[in-house]
Amino acid sequence: MSVLAHVIESAGIATVVLASMRPVVEKMRPPRALYCEFPLGRPLGKPGDAEFQHRVIAEAFALLDTPASHGPTIADFDEVVESDEQPVACALPPRFDPNLPACVDEARGLRNAYDRAVAKRGHTDVGRAIDADAVPDALAAFHRIASGDDWKTVTIPGKNTVAVMHDIRAYYEEAALELVGTAGARGLEAWFFESTEAGKTTLAARQAIKDGGGPFPFWFYMAPGHR
Amino acid sequence: MYRYCGEVNGDQAMREMGKNLPVPTFDTTPWASAPRLREATVAIVTSAAIHRAHDDRFSAGDTGYRVIPSDARDLVMGHWSPNFDHTGFQIDPNVVFPIDRLRELADDKVIGRVAPRHFSFAGNQPDDVSTIRLDSGPAAATELRRDGVDVVLLTPV
Repeated sequence: MSVLAHVIESAGIATVVLASMRPVVEKMRPPRALYCEFPLGRPLGKPGDAEFQHRVIAEAFALLDTPASHGPTIADFDEVVESDEQPVACALPPRFDPNLPACVDEARGLRNAYDRAVAKRGHTDVGRAIDADAVPDALAAFHRIASGDDWKTVTIPGKNTVAVMHDIRAYYEEAALELVGTAGARGLEAWFFESTEAGKTTLAARQAIKDGGGPFPFWFYMAPGHR
Repeated sequence: MYRYCGEVNGDQAMREMGKNLPVPTFDTTPWASAPRLREATVAIVTSAAIHRAHDDRFSAGDTGYRVIPSDARDLVMGHWSPNFDHTGFQIDPNVVFPIDRLRELADDKVIGRVAPRHFSFAGNQPDDVSTIRLDSGPAAATELRRDGVDVVLLTPV
């Protein structure tokens, strides 16, 4: 972001960065930055809170009054918003078809909620590598890897493990938001990886790919680094 | 390796990593003067890799940008990092791309007007960010100037 501040400011346009990592912005010295210690991925702090978002923007725009003689300016927003990495309490569908892997059964069970979410929003983040119809198939492939099949012999729909994981998580998170309404930052990440069969299965598959000598980018970015 | 839940959470882990992240450095800081805010045309530039649903998706390591017209509402998240929250954007796109807030500020005459177009890059980039710095960034800046933009709010992901 700070690179773009330098580039755009050089073109004669005044910029203000909402910075999310203070040491980075200190090193890169864009003209004006408001450091906001908010959950990463939520640079305006609080979804659905217009008043809070306006406060952030007002403090950012106030930096435009800084005189040029002051040089690069970093201000700190006066309120910290933290993520809450506790799993959201979102009920999961009961087992329906015991002949299927639990993660596949679960993904199928969430389909109605996912469809309602898409109908309401008008579009979906799913579709990077696979569509919603292929989510159970992708989970079935990860289930095979987690159960001991050599990852090199299993065809994962969409092929790219990282892109497929984004689609699976978007499918689950969009369905969950439809069911619970809202969630704090990383609450649905925690729910996915700790509460759902899909999360547990894909983490186990990730470990199996790693143990099976899979290339680092192939497995590491399937989940957040701290997991 | 960081532990999660109760010890170090994902944001803390990322911010700890950010302390030692190699970043491009600049010998000088450019400085442009803005007109009074109530006369300024304001655009958003984001590194969240958001794009319209029908746009070309961001590839991993994509150094280009996507244009977001002011009235576009079919926005999806194309960022490749799994290390940040995507659900805030799904709940309310303004938490990443505060277009409704800018409209309200224009309606209240706090800013002059909202720019007709906004620009979205992907935040996960090679360490030197050279293509954005030397090519796609200046190209986007030229487009912003063409639209008469005076002030850019940069929102990171």
